Amino acid sequence: MTLMTDALEPTRFDSDDDDAMRGGVYTRAVSVAVRLGAIGLGALTWLPGGSVNWARWIVVSLLAYMLLTYVVARRVESKRQATDRLATAMVTSAFLVVLLPLVSVVWTVVERGSNRFDSTFYTETMRGVFGEIEGGGYHAVVGTLVVTALTALMSVPFGLFTAIYLVEYSSKSSRFSRAVQALVDVMTGIPSIVAGLFAYAFFVFLDGIPVLTALSTGVGHRSGLAGAVALTLLMTPVVIRASEEMLRLVPNELREASYALGVPKWKTIVKVVLPTAIAGILTGVVLAVARVIGETAPLLVTVGLAQDTNWNPFEGRMTTLSVYTYYQYVQPGVPPQVGQDRAWAAALSLVIIVGILFTIARVLSTILKPKGLK
Amino acid sequence: MTITENPPPQAAEADSSFTQPISRLGDRVFGGLSFGAAALILVTLAAVAIFLITEGLPTFTADEGEFDRSFLAYVGPLVFGTTYAAAIALLLATPVAVAVALYISHYAPRRLAKTLGYFVDLLAAIPSVVYGIWGIAVLAPILSDSLYPWLEDNAAFLPFFGPTASTSGRTMMTAGIVLAVMVLPIITAISREVFLQTPRLHEEASLALGATRWEMIRQAVLPFGRSGVISGAMLGLGRALGETMAVAIILAPANGYFWNVITNQNSNTIASNIALSFPESSGLEVNRLIATGLVLFAITFGVNAMARKISSTGFSGAD
Repeated sequence: MTLMTDALEPTRFDSDDDDAMRGGVYTRAVSVAVRLGAIGLGALTWLPGGSVNWARWIVVSLLAYMLLTYVVARRVESKRQATDRLATAMVTSAFLVVLLPLVSVVWTVVERGSNRFDSTFYTETMRGVFGEIEGGGYHAVVGTLVVTALTALMSVPFGLFTAIYLVEYSSKSSRFSRAVQALVDVMTGIPSIVAGLFAYAFFVFLDGIPVLTALSTGVGHRSGLAGAVALTLLMTPVVIRASEEMLRLVPNELREASYALGVPKWKTIVKVVLPTAIAGILTGVVLAVARVIGETAPLLVTVGLAQDTNWNPFEGRMTTLSVYTYYQYVQPGVPPQVGQDRAWAAALSLVIIVGILFTIARVLSTILKPKGLK
Repeated sequence: MTITENPPPQAAEADSSFTQPISRLGDRVFGGLSFGAAALILVTLAAVAIFLITEGLPTFTADEGEFDRSFLAYVGPLVFGTTYAAAIALLLATPVAVAVALYISHYAPRRLAKTLGYFVDLLAAIPSVVYGIWGIAVLAPILSDSLYPWLEDNAAFLPFFGPTASTSGRTMMTAGIVLAVMVLPIITAISREVFLQTPRLHEEASLALGATRWEMIRQAVLPFGRSGVISGAMLGLGRALGETMAVAIILAPANGYFWNVITNQNSNTIASNIALSFPESSGLEVNRLIATGLVLFAITFGVNAMARKISSTGFSGAD
């Protein structure tokens, strides 16, 4: 390739700097022509077959775009400018290529999920559903809400107090604080299925203690509580990291001013430090909830699957939207379409919930941001 | 910071009657709660280790005849499948993720960049089960119609693309691509953060010397962001290793070691094997699955430790 393009470039005696000076030649018109040419070249690929093959069209167009950009820039500008334009073309193409699967995911979920995105889906359960009966995911919505609420109830105070300890009470270099920091890192890396296995093992152990039978569960150690314990293991480190970062951003002058007024330390934390950091902390918590609400694997192991609504997380199996999606898709029943439609509707509900949580996080972080903090 | 650790000593000594009664009880309770939460982290992690080990241990103490094969023979193909799938994902995702991060940090118009960053974060939060059913319903048919037959015809001399190509698309390659799509937002988010932190003066110095934008990126941005990219990739690897549902839905598993990525015979991954087998298992089977979970934990722990080491040694006074 270099041979060919070198031949196209007549004056190789120019220094690179002089070449760079000629940058104006690659006008907007040239760049538009290059892009249109690339798309046109791509379009040629579906001429022989007669039908549009989108994937091939896009791939060929992008490759042609990179190649044409380089060759044309090499022709009218310098080698350095051509490399620069090639890099720009490649980075932009990579971005466009990434958009394809991601847009496809969202589009597929919305398109197929809307088949059953109706009121029966949110009012009926899977009790006694077979064949072409529509059924619904009300019990899965309930399960998701109960398990997630329980998880948040456990991991938010746990995580927040740990962060407060790390920032406000311990000195950064103390051995205990460093150990906690390291273990939080370890916790962040626990695979979700392993968290599920731990919760399972933990509740098997609890079942073995006679006094604690009240906590233990009926069928095969499955319960909403066990699922919440597994999710707490996953959510707590996220809450700790988010709150810790936000607490460290609170300027020390605020604390000192509060101490100078004779306010005790705990009241300084509650009345001064936390309100200053609350926007970031709440945002972090909401995002952490968004992360765990779609978890499937640990719940598959700990919560199981139920056909009916179960509001009680301390006894019996429950169904969550994520596990429901999985089972409705892989075991859809006899006309598979009915079950798979339910799976897509549940998937759509999950994506919508995550989207709503993200929007809430964004709104919170702008509303609650304290004035005057950089 | 020093002041927060030592509450003003003079004030306390000079006029202790003012400060003492207000602060003591509340402080003790609040401080105790905080310390307790931090200590609970240690307890929790210890509990995770203890419970997994005690529940996994019966696998090794059981009689030989209890299992159809030894634990090593059981977990070996799973470890292979886990690392293979994650390696494919990382190989595909890292270069693209770096490019996307560069696009967001240095190429896209500034206002667009913020929205794009938000979009990428949102994609990282889409549940894995959704990616899984998308992979099997949309991606697998496309690949088994176009890419796999082509690879079988034209690239069969490589051990990865031998016959016979899957017609259902439930292959290691499909799983790897879906995993790549899933870890891409993570690597992108971290790389973007470090790229944005490149000291402004480095960039401007490079541009002032006449560098083109790409040369500036190679001279200033990439060297500064290298450790960040690596630790981002490692975090992505950790996620890919532990990813369960997408693989469980997509892969057609078989027992053994398979290099070929386009057939219906694939080594399963540890996490996916647990998810598929656990609901129907009982007795020692459960113990064996928990033992494989421990192996997975050990692998991801190693990877994450490495990522931390790289990221902590990486930034060296560059600001």
